Amino acid sequence: MPATTIGGREVHVDDEGFLTEYDEWDEDLAKELAANIGIPELTEDHWKVITFLRADYKEQGETATLRRVSAVGGIPTKSLFQLFPKKPARKMSYVAGLPKPAGCI
Amino acid sequence: MTDAPIVPDFGDDEEDRKISFVCSKGSLDMAYPGLIMASGALELGIETHIFFTFWGMDMINKKTMGKLKFSPVGNPATHMPAALAPFPGMTTMATKQMNKQLEDLDIPDIPTFLEHLQDMGCHLWACKMSVDMFKLTEDDMIDGLDGVLNVGEFMEIIEGAQTMFI
Repeated sequence: MPATTIGGREVHVDDEGFLTEYDEWDEDLAKELAANIGIPELTEDHWKVITFLRADYKEQGETATLRRVSAVGGIPTKSLFQLFPKKPARKMSYVAGLPKPAGCI
Repeated sequence: MTDAPIVPDFGDDEEDRKISFVCSKGSLDMAYPGLIMASGALELGIETHIFFTFWGMDMINKKTMGKLKFSPVGNPATHMPAALAPFPGMTTMATKQMNKQLEDLDIPDIPTFLEHLQDMGCHLWACKMSVDMFKLTEDDMIDGLDGVLNVGEFMEIIEGAQTMFI
């Protein structure tokens, strides 16, 4: 696994750049990750998504899909597209320090 | 260890992709593939259009969309003896079983799935000829339908798109 430096600290990532170690992530790092992909500021709504994803991953062992974030997390799909433009499933996972969702829907 | 951080390329600068699906079947097992692929496309930010035609109209007809059936008749992939498939009650049983399997995977039913696609910005179009043939009105069809198109209009809309016929 490659390591890379984000926000002045070394973290482990996969070949694409997604974090591979759940515990290397914290809120400060999330801000850096978001800035890396063109999200300049994390709003309260962003944090709602991130917090749900982190907790759900811990329970389920896999990253929630958009459908799950809306059906279980109660965050409307439409707003996910506003918060993480164009490719919400991948972008939200990246900022939350999780792998891409494996499920199809 | 590299100097520049490794950051995923989300392809935001790439030229916009466009895809369309023609859904022409009204059985449960043929309704899902198009919807699942459309969902995958939308999640990647791809402009997505679905054109419903012929039996595919059942997918957006409010009366039928929640009651699509799966029949084992003529489908060797069910591994059921062919002679048993046409027996009364088989379709109901097979449909029930498939719905259960889908539910176990957290796959929504067809009406919920379509709503999810619409939330992601999917465009849904009905085929003019099928609408006329089945004598449907706008009220008969899914809320939020983008419109009723003839083939020529659909061709214009999907200019430059990859297209799949299902």
